[in-house]
Amino acid sequence: MAKYNVNLKINNIPITVEEGTTVLEAARKLNFRIPTLCQHPDLCVAGNCRVCVVEQKGAKTLVASCAMPVSEGMEIFTNSEKVRTARKHIIELLLSEHNTECTSCYKNGKCELQSLANEYLVNEKDFIKLVYDKKYTIDDFSPSIIKDDSKCIRCQRCVRTCTSMQYVSALAVAYKGEHQKISTFFEKPMNSVVCTNCGQCVNRCPTGALVEKNYIDQVWDAINDPEVHVVCQTAPAVRVGLGEDLGLTPGNRVTGKMVAALKRLGFDSVLDTDFTADLTILEEGTELLTRLKKALVEKDETIALPMMTSCSPGWIKFIEHKFSNLLPNLSTCKSPQQMFGALAKTFYAQKKGWRADKVVSVSIMPCTAKKYEANRPEMRDSGFKDVDYVLTTRELAMMIRQAGINFDELPEEKYDSIMGTSSGAAVIFGATGGVMEAALRTAYEIVTGREVPFKNLDIIPVRGFDGIKETTIKLENCKPEWGFLEGAELKCAIAHGLANANKLMSAVANGTVSYHFIEIMACPGGCLGGGGQPIPTNEEIRRKRMEAIYEEDANMPIRKSHENPEILQLYEEFLGKPNSHKAHELLHTHYTKRKRY
Amino acid sequence: MEKNRISKVDLIFENDGTLVNTVLDKVKKMNPDDIIMEMIDSGLKGRGGAGFPTGLKWKFTKAENSYDKYVVCNADEGEPGTFKDREILDRVPEKVFTGMAVAGYAIGARKGYMYLRAEYNFLLKGLIKKVEEFNKLLKDKGFDFNIEIRSGAGAYICGEESALFESIEGKRGEPRNKPPYPTVAGLFNKPTSINNVETLVYATVIMKYGAEKFKEMGTKDSRGSKVFSISGDTPNAGIYELELGMTVAAFVDEFGDGDTKAVQVGGASGICVPRKKFNDMIIGYEGVPTGGSMMLFNSSRSMYNVLKDYLEFFAEESCGQCTPCRVGCQQLLRGIEAVKKGEKDPSYLETLKKLAQTMKISAKCGLGQSVANPFISIVDNFREEIIY
Ligand SMILES: Cc1cc2nc3c(=O)[nH]c(=O)nc-3n(C[C@H](O)[C@H](O)[C@H](O)COP(=O)(O)O)c2cc1C
Ligand code: SF4
Ligand code: SF4
Ligand code: SF4
Ligand code: SF4
Ligand code: FES
Repeated sequence: MAKYNVNLKINNIPITVEEGTTVLEAARKLNFRIPTLCQHPDLCVAGNCRVCVVEQKGAKTLVASCAMPVSEGMEIFTNSEKVRTARKHIIELLLSEHNTECTSCYKNGKCELQSLANEYLVNEKDFIKLVYDKKYTIDDFSPSIIKDDSKCIRCQRCVRTCTSMQYVSALAVAYKGEHQKISTFFEKPMNSVVCTNCGQCVNRCPTGALVEKNYIDQVWDAINDPEVHVVCQTAPAVRVGLGEDLGLTPGNRVTGKMVAALKRLGFDSVLDTDFTADLTILEEGTELLTRLKKALVEKDETIALPMMTSCSPGWIKFIEHKFSNLLPNLSTCKSPQQMFGALAKTFYAQKKGWRADKVVSVSIMPCTAKKYEANRPEMRDSGFKDVDYVLTTRELAMMIRQAGINFDELPEEKYDSIMGTSSGAAVIFGATGGVMEAALRTAYEIVTGREVPFKNLDIIPVRGFDGIKETTIKLENCKPEWGFLEGAELKCAIAHGLANANKLMSAVANGTVSYHFIEIMACPGGCLGGGGQPIPTNEEIRRKRMEAIYEEDANMPIRKSHENPEILQLYEEFLGKPNSHKAHELLHTHYTKRKRY
Repeated sequence: MEKNRISKVDLIFENDGTLVNTVLDKVKKMNPDDIIMEMIDSGLKGRGGAGFPTGLKWKFTKAENSYDKYVVCNADEGEPGTFKDREILDRVPEKVFTGMAVAGYAIGARKGYMYLRAEYNFLLKGLIKKVEEFNKLLKDKGFDFNIEIRSGAGAYICGEESALFESIEGKRGEPRNKPPYPTVAGLFNKPTSINNVETLVYATVIMKYGAEKFKEMGTKDSRGSKVFSISGDTPNAGIYELELGMTVAAFVDEFGDGDTKAVQVGGASGICVPRKKFNDMIIGYEGVPTGGSMMLFNSSRSMYNVLKDYLEFFAEESCGQCTPCRVGCQQLLRGIEAVKKGEKDPSYLETLKKLAQTMKISAKCGLGQSVANPFISIVDNFREEIIY
């Protein structure tokens, strides 16, 4: 349907915009900034905080600019006396309900409420402090997320995130009036509800009410302990996000500087999760081909297809709760983080001649669900906790600041070896479609002996931010041992964000679609939009990170996982071959059926 | 209308047994546009509180191009001091259903919902039986319309139209942003005409007697009559149907106990009229509008306690989603308590009045917007009672 143009005036300046535009958007086009709290570019309009109110000529009340569509002839004033008084009142009201303790708050300096209070010079003493009379709870039961109701301004960004974007609904609004709050099912702790630990709510919470559980002090302690060797790994998406928290614009690739910073922080070995991403491709690719062979040649009907990726721990928890009858479809491969952890305290420790109990393994992740994953009881195949501490991108940035490192001035340094070399196929794990692309680059070549038929190995159809993507690859002129796949069309699908995952899984469960291989990432855009990445987030920022990831891939000397020399060395010296007994012991896992709520 | 006298009317509750059939048969022969013209002509304004012209609401809903449209009857009657809809539903439910059917026929809706207050569940069984009979009657008469009754969840806010829709849709009853208005996107996001119980009965009445007869009563801005729920310090508490346009003084003459110092017009969210203004205030849209509740207070009452009760009610019944209302109600309540206890200077009442003013213009829905009505009118007129 064609959109009409609408003419209006904002602060006496005329502007023409498309119908359906909000007053807030129109004002932004004219560079009038209107403060917002409940509004978020990734979420549907709520219109509940009311700080964005503006005056509309002729209207009896002010209007919420984030929720008000423009109309012909409208005259808006964004900074009238009425508006300023109301706005100040509203911020003061929020603060009267708020446990203001900025100096000891995790969000200090990055809090939207704090900056508004600062901007409007509010007088906190005007109204009665209500916070002291209320019984607020701080829920720190989850290994990933802390929920502190005393800092909550009820903007419901988290609720909209968890419900619409993630289709989890772990958080909901409960009670009314003065007792209204954001709550879990029956107010159970976050670790015993359907929460996937994805951290998307944390990424969108404007205050310190939802934050990651940080392990910074524990990691400093380990670094300062002369008795232990601290080994760290960095996930693919961290290198395209970290810069944002250290003063750089989105889309900067900071791999070399990040490695230099980690060395200066005092980690004994600075290694790369990308290495185990390559390993995942060999393990998971082999698993897929084996499943296909068993299903197609041996006609084994117990083989579950489509096979689904298992690198995203938020997705794992989601499927365990919501589609537990599809658990056999999950690849048994651990995530790259956990593969790395299991190897750090076995293969790597042996290589270095360290006692496994003296190795502390730390991972730097774009993800809060990885904190939960590291704490799963089955993740102890090395005989110890495979990954001791998981830090988010944000926590790493904080450590770098604490250490007084001028990040931008750092030289670019290289990862340590072994377990520090990786391919371009590994770094694209950080973007939605990346695991699929990496797997196809390898699997196609194993089966046909030729490179995937895409220019520069770039499998464009699996890239980008469409919620659900599909592609089909025809296997032709297969090698003799894969002759049973001759002419077969490998059907693949990709989803990111759990609402999309839910849609795709419903279709799989109903049998309305048939695929061989499905990639799912819990977060929007994949790990680059993970719950541990720098705040703020929006599609434009995520797109910049994505572009950086594909640039990083294009610039790698090795582009395919099976050509990573360190991977070949690992199999030769330690694992034997993909899906070997030892590989199964250390690199594969199992899943748990969980209740739906 | 003689402003200084009250005038009792009997239109809402009269029922000779043939009325429903007469109205339905008459309407069936009319063109929907003519029905709407008749309604506009009558000057009937919504009796649920907001006072929007009913004919216009129907006209806007009819103008929308949609296969699905709805008629909703708001029977959530939650305003403190209001109990007239209960009486209507108990005594003449078929006149309410008829009003819904007329609305449905006029706007082109095939489905009607009645949203019944949870506290009125004792009426539910009887209503369901009657609505089944009524649906059958509609079918026999060739109307493509049927009515379903939904029971509320016990929250005052669910009487607000958009929260009511959310509630029927099975969601948490929180008011929506407006626009879009219900006539464009209401229940299930379809064009919806929502009316109060009493409004719908007047629609039936107007269809029977014609707009002219209705228009003869009341004033230019407040046509017709209205059902009042009268309570408080009065020897004659109860339900009365009165012609609109009388002064508060005339009202107090009839219903007061001789010692009335204030009348709260329109329930907790209405305006408090002190004795000195009884003579000037007209009960209607040109003066003090009301959804029906009239509470009389005599000199034994503490207006501080009255206001405190209202504020406690609002602090509890606000849905809690928007800042000005959720926190504002608590601040007003704590504020007058602090002034009373001497913890805050009396001048703090000025700060609170400014806050009430902010609530009026910045809250998301009518609940938060109307807290200023009782607050400012009681604080301004009974300042001493609040402070000492
Ligand atoms: C907080 C709040 C509560 C309301 N409760 C009721 C109610 O109980 N009954 C009612 O008819 N209207 C109530 N309304 C008004 C409705 O939103 C709506 O305006 C009315 O149902 C329209 O019908 P009418 O035009 O026939 O009055 C309430 C409004 C607000 C803001
Ligand atoms: S949430 Fe924001 S305003 Fe509140 S204590 Fe933390 S930094 Fe301060
Ligand atoms: S972490 Fe994810 S699943 Fe858990 S509450 Fe937040 S958005 Fe919902
Ligand atoms: S927890 Fe954060 S995002 Fe959720 S309502 Fe509170 S302040 Fe908003
Ligand atoms: S004004 Fe009150 S009741 Fe209305 S939306 Fe806001 S909080 Fe809810
Ligand atoms: S930003 Fe518009 S109401 Fe919150």
